[in-house]
Amino acid sequence: MSIEIENITKCFGKTTALNQVNLTFEKGKICGLLGNNGAGKTTLFRLIANHIFPSEGTIRVDGEEVWDNDRVLGKMFLVSEGNLYPESMKVKDGFRSAGIFYPGFDLENANRLAELFHLPLKKKIAGLSTGYKTIYKLVLGLSVNTPYLLLDEPVLGLDASHRELFYKLLIEKIAESPCTVLLSTHLIQEAAPLVEQTIIIEEGKILRNRPKDDLLEEYCLITGPSSKLEEWLPGKKIVKKASLGGLASVYIEGTVEEADLPQGFTKEKLSLQEYFILLTNGGIAS
Amino acid sequence: MAQLTEHSPIFQQIAELLEDAILSGAYEEETQIPSITEFATTYKINPATALKGVTLLVEEDLLYKRRGLGMFVREGAKSKLLKKRREEFAVTYISPLVKEATRLELSKEDVLEMLERRWK
Repeated sequence: MSIEIENITKCFGKTTALNQVNLTFEKGKICGLLGNNGAGKTTLFRLIANHIFPSEGTIRVDGEEVWDNDRVLGKMFLVSEGNLYPESMKVKDGFRSAGIFYPGFDLENANRLAELFHLPLKKKIAGLSTGYKTIYKLVLGLSVNTPYLLLDEPVLGLDASHRELFYKLLIEKIAESPCTVLLSTHLIQEAAPLVEQTIIIEEGKILRNRPKDDLLEEYCLITGPSSKLEEWLPGKKIVKKASLGGLASVYIEGTVEEADLPQGFTKEKLSLQEYFILLTNGGIAS
Repeated sequence: MAQLTEHSPIFQQIAELLEDAILSGAYEEETQIPSITEFATTYKINPATALKGVTLLVEEDLLYKRRGLGMFVREGAKSKLLKKRREEFAVTYISPLVKEATRLELSKEDVLEMLERRWK
């Protein structure tokens, strides 16, 4: 039971948005999809949800191809910037039509969440602010009870307290009825504690696909006096250096025991955000 | 609630704060601790990660599961933790103290004197 992406390539004219992508999303995990703008995240989401078709390759959900397969498409829900419903609809009518497409839709839950977010049920979707349009889609996503939940930038336009409420409700949902979540976000620090598997994408290619805790063991940051650091460095694989006067910091591959460090040196683990920036902007990948 | 940091694995931090709560008596022996969902929503973490942290304490027999009810603190957990933390004390607190004292060129006598003065 999983989503399997096999050799997917997607071209838009002369642009290759995704290039030979292979991925598997294991059931019941929260998977974070990280990538800079234009990396191909949204294209990947739209391919999985069958909104667009791959130039090459296949996508299977629980062993069945997604292409034009209503049964498979009923197993997933995509929250993205695009809109699936006519905007002239009122929020409550949107809820009602979601119930037609998704038999597992829990209207009572949708109403409860709408109240928590202060989402007005009688207002037309077109009349909602950017933030509330997102909230409307999140309320649907958290109420359809599909085994797969695809969240493409789910907190776009949400203020801090609404983001916090959303994370809390997502955790509650997963704890009550486990589902597979694929989530992309630029707010890495906020989402990091939720993510188990991390996928990093750049220029249409998958750079990493590993459990988050393993990923963060790949590099560490050592800080100490420049002169001493230079003596210590030979034999270490240096990824990036920075200095502040006589103080120097280096990112090195692997990790070292604190006890093995010379006096006056400190070691730090990377946060997911630091790791991501190091990998994609630090030029390690290229 | 205490904030989690990103610099050590979250499940270990959950295990540590559970230990602290047992030590302080916030979670008393033979009483129920909050559910996995409560931990997960409070700290905004993955329920699987919260479970992993709780499991660490179950493996050490500090917590146990009552079917259909939830997790409870084992009788004797506090004294067991005291013993464990005392064993770790030298590594966790004294080693960094000696390291920093050496860096500041303080003698053993200097440090002992400070310790004497601050000890109630």
